[in-house]
Amino acid sequence: MATHKLANPVAIVGMDCTRFGEHWDRNVDDLLVEATHGAIASADGLTLDDVDAFWLGSMISGVSGLTLTRPLNISHKPVTRVENMCATGSEVFRNACYAVSSGAYDVVMAVGGEKLKDAGYSGLEMPSVPNDGTAPVLSAPAMYSMIVPAYARRYGISEDQVKEAMTHIAWKNHANGALNPRAQFRRETPRETIAAAPALAGRLSVFDCSGVADGAAAAVVVRAEDAHCYSDRPLYVHAIAMDAGSGTGRNDSDYDYSELSEAAVSSRAAYEQAGITDPARQISLAEVHDCFTPTEMVLMEELGFSERGKAWRDVLDGRYDRDGALPVNVDGGLKSFGHPIGASGLRMLFEMWLQFRGEAGERQVADPQFGLVQNQGGSPGDLVSAVTIVSDRRP
Amino acid sequence: MPVVGIESYAAYLPSVRLDRAAVTGALGSGRGRGERPVASYDEDTTTLAVAAARRALSGRGTTPDTLWFATTRPAYLEKSNAATVAVASGLPAETAAYDVGGALRGGAGALRAGLAAGAEGAVVVGSDVRFGLPGSPDESGGVDGAAAFVLGPDPVAELVGTASVTSEFLDRWREPGATRTRTWEDRFGVEEYVPLVQRVVDDLLGRCELKREQLDHVVVSLPHPRALAAVTKTFETGQVAAGAAVGGHAGAADLGLRLVAALDAATPGQLVLAVSAADGADAFVFRVTERHAPTPTPPSPTQQVSYADFLTWRGLLPREPARRPDVKPPVPPASRRSAAWKFAFVAGRCTECGYRNLPPRRVCLRCSAQDAFEPVSMVEVPARVATFTDDWLSESVQLPAKVVAVDFDGGGRFEFEMTDAVGREVAIGDLVSPTFRVASIAANGVRNYVWKVRPADEGGN
Repeated sequence: MATHKLANPVAIVGMDCTRFGEHWDRNVDDLLVEATHGAIASADGLTLDDVDAFWLGSMISGVSGLTLTRPLNISHKPVTRVENMCATGSEVFRNACYAVSSGAYDVVMAVGGEKLKDAGYSGLEMPSVPNDGTAPVLSAPAMYSMIVPAYARRYGISEDQVKEAMTHIAWKNHANGALNPRAQFRRETPRETIAAAPALAGRLSVFDCSGVADGAAAAVVVRAEDAHCYSDRPLYVHAIAMDAGSGTGRNDSDYDYSELSEAAVSSRAAYEQAGITDPARQISLAEVHDCFTPTEMVLMEELGFSERGKAWRDVLDGRYDRDGALPVNVDGGLKSFGHPIGASGLRMLFEMWLQFRGEAGERQVADPQFGLVQNQGGSPGDLVSAVTIVSDRRP
Repeated sequence: MPVVGIESYAAYLPSVRLDRAAVTGALGSGRGRGERPVASYDEDTTTLAVAAARRALSGRGTTPDTLWFATTRPAYLEKSNAATVAVASGLPAETAAYDVGGALRGGAGALRAGLAAGAEGAVVVGSDVRFGLPGSPDESGGVDGAAAFVLGPDPVAELVGTASVTSEFLDRWREPGATRTRTWEDRFGVEEYVPLVQRVVDDLLGRCELKREQLDHVVVSLPHPRALAAVTKTFETGQVAAGAAVGGHAGAADLGLRLVAALDAATPGQLVLAVSAADGADAFVFRVTERHAPTPTPPSPTQQVSYADFLTWRGLLPREPARRPDVKPPVPPASRRSAAWKFAFVAGRCTECGYRNLPPRRVCLRCSAQDAFEPVSMVEVPARVATFTDDWLSESVQLPAKVVAVDFDGGGRFEFEMTDAVGREVAIGDLVSPTFRVASIAANGVRNYVWKVRPADEGGN
């Protein structure tokens, strides 16, 4: 099996992201218009007419490329809708990069948007194929709560110690979100409040779960060699990788629920493309898929930031805090920025866009070298994961 | 006449108990003493029947030709519940499965029909869920449960004779779908039932040339408590003791549950009389054979249900549901395609690597061999908790839903809702056993039957 870096490197020259949250006053059309127009406006001298092709990501807010062409009133352009569960935003971006790198198009837009809050329920309802009713019906928090006892057993620590690390992650991501004007939740929350919240599933409370939100984000992608035509500070793509597991973990007695191997495999492929040999040192900041707090904890190991069995300790030591050695989810993450499925992968990239341009305000991380975005869909044992590595240096 | 009789038998009582004092406490009237077995929120007459039939059929080399299923509260009309019972009990497609639905007398009728099959063999299951309006005698005096008998030519209890009498009168009646069973005034029932039982017993004993005092065990199934007391008095206390232990009326399962209790107490050579009175009367005499070695099901741990939950489970106290999407029903073609998996809990064992795939699939999840599977029933495979969680956001009636990932000895994993475990601590490594239950009933009336697991110390299946 081979994965290679892009034959022709690409760069982002324009980006935007809406505020995420409960947009009772806006539909998915409104959100897509805001994100796409904003992204175009941030690229010098480009109009929507200059975009050769579009990739649109949405899990449940619309089907086909027409979901984008109708509200934008664009016609006679190749527009493709893609879906890969909660990794949809990264999948959109990956396909847009390939389209540019291949030489087929000069300017491509990747856009993701989701309207979740018209469903009438606080959770996320997954679309399901008509079936025989025998598949286990766990809520998403319940599926991810399986990580906690499995991780504790695997590394000989107590569930309380895992919970302490989870509480730290929730506290950190709420504190980061408080500094982000686009985030769904903008209030710092004391650790004691988080720790004392009643359980929703296993050891998870509402504070361990990402916010269900509406929102959209978009990026304009061009060949790296053309990037300076449209931006004085483009964001270069050093790696794009994705991995889909066989989805059989939950039916395999060898599977341990504390393992997210799809994240490890996709990150290894990305590191190879980017020439990164020591991610724990070479990655300056990361946006990872903190759909639930134990996910972020385990991802620190899968991505090679922490040694196996040590992530919980590194989390508690503040290694991944905003002022830590490797800030993770400085924009608040899914936890407090919110999680409009199709937009989330692009939202993570948007934070990189701001950080590498020095536009992250109070959240600004000093002198970033490489930024990593990890975005996943599914549940432990039944997962897809995408990893993107970016920097302001041309590959 | 060729020998025919009961080859094996089993009873199943749900693990939930309703304290009758809780009923009188809530309603402020009545006399509540003791407790009664109650079908759990995920049990119906079909699943109770499967639990009893699985036990009765367990360990047998041969399968009977016919299945008769009797209940007064069928899960479906038009669609056969007997078919579900047959498939979920692991019986082959060649089994003829028939419903004896509606009347209490179906319990006795199914037994007679099964015995009439002779050497071909039959399995007979009576199953019921008994309730009525709050405060009704059926609510306090009912028993939910099922009893199953495998009938054939190698009996542990050989049929000596039967007699029946049919009588048209209205003592109790219920409209299809209704909660309430209406009854006529008490004395009318006494005066109708007592002579009917007398007549059928005299008729049967006369035909068999037996005297009352020769009977070692007598069971009487009668939905009318005063008539039952009057009939019972006509026998010696020692004769009726075993069958009376059921402690309430179990509807179409009543005759069977009482007969199981009597057989558990009987020894080879003894005579057992079983009488059922409902819209007439049916009587059976069995002689216990040398093959009989009773292995009564040990009493299982029970769990209490509050009166409010009991009423909610029976649809009598609707409560504001959680704000969740509507339950999606299974679709018939998908359920048909996976019937062996869905109803009989049959997995696919890979013939290349030996790993059991749950559910069955085309390509082995371990070794990727294609179409190299043999069907294997998972119902009696020892199974242990691999990990677990509590899900407060589940679609289940019982919150939090206890979800367990279960590893089967020799290979295979599936995630289940753990049932019959309210208030129980679950630990990794705990033994569990599969049990056939109702996951949900959708708005279109489709019941989603699935296999769950329950603590293994509760008798299984």
